[in-house]
Amino acid sequence: MKQPEPLQIIKERRDGALKALVDSVPYIDFMGVSFDRRGDELTAVMQFDPKIIGNPVLPAIHGGATASFLEMAALIELAWQRAWGALEEDKADVAAVKAAGYLRLPKTIDFTVDYLRSGLPRDCYARARVNRSGRRYASVHVEAWQDNREKLYAQATGHFLMPRLDVDG
Amino acid sequence: MAEITQERREKIAEQFIKALPFCAALDIRLESMDVAKASMSMPYDKRIVGDPETGVVHGGAVSALMDTCCGLAVSLHPESGKPTATIDLRIEYMRPAKVGERIFTHAHVYNVTRTVAFVRALAHDGDVEKPVASATGAFTFSRLKKAAS
Repeated sequence: MKQPEPLQIIKERRDGALKALVDSVPYIDFMGVSFDRRGDELTAVMQFDPKIIGNPVLPAIHGGATASFLEMAALIELAWQRAWGALEEDKADVAAVKAAGYLRLPKTIDFTVDYLRSGLPRDCYARARVNRSGRRYASVHVEAWQDNREKLYAQATGHFLMPRLDVDG
Repeated sequence: MAEITQERREKIAEQFIKALPFCAALDIRLESMDVAKASMSMPYDKRIVGDPETGVVHGGAVSALMDTCCGLAVSLHPESGKPTATIDLRIEYMRPAKVGERIFTHAHVYNVTRTVAFVRALAHDGDVEKPVASATGAFTFSRLKKAAS
């Protein structure tokens, strides 16, 4: 009987690829955004920091900070989903995934943000859903909330140009 | 209609930018303003890079710049009575901004209703003829209470 791959190796491979992807983008760090992984599902987290305030009177998070957060969540989800296939099917390690071009980020064509509620001075969460991902173009929807998953504070839809891979297929 | 002097406009703008910590974080600067129009710019900074391979600034930072500029344009509308908030903003990225260059944006309110202001903006990195991004937005709007005429 074939031995299953040790859990630690699987985890290292997955977390390593996600870390390589996220760490490569300076603006993600600047915004205090991190990604929480459960299996293949990602949740983007934007830690509240006074510097992301846009309206000090309310106070509320700047719409541009929210837009940045949503766009990051969409981009990482897109790249991550494509890399996931290589990680799982081919058991490729981080170096191989990177060499094949899976860690290259898609390019945003357009991005539309819908501001539903003002962003309160606390942490934000976002999850992206890839509605269509072709060889060239992808369409992604992102939802963001704060205290209650059912009460979205913003959502967005964007179209992206997928980067070419250095592998066949 | 209440007349707004240039001096009053400048004061509004100054307060507007000073009050926004996120603009300070991105080092956003006011370039110019007019009736229902505003121009701002943001310097290149390695910390706001979105694509490590090319060094191009993240779209989200450009979005923040354009959102702020659109918001100010709404505040500079002669009939604007209350602070505004973004209802929705769509950004189209036409080409990557040049690495190392300051990004400029111009926003203008092209229509207002009693409750909504419609705004457009363009962003470029030095040549107005070659935009890097365009934006279309709807913002909350409340008209100044008119004096009896």
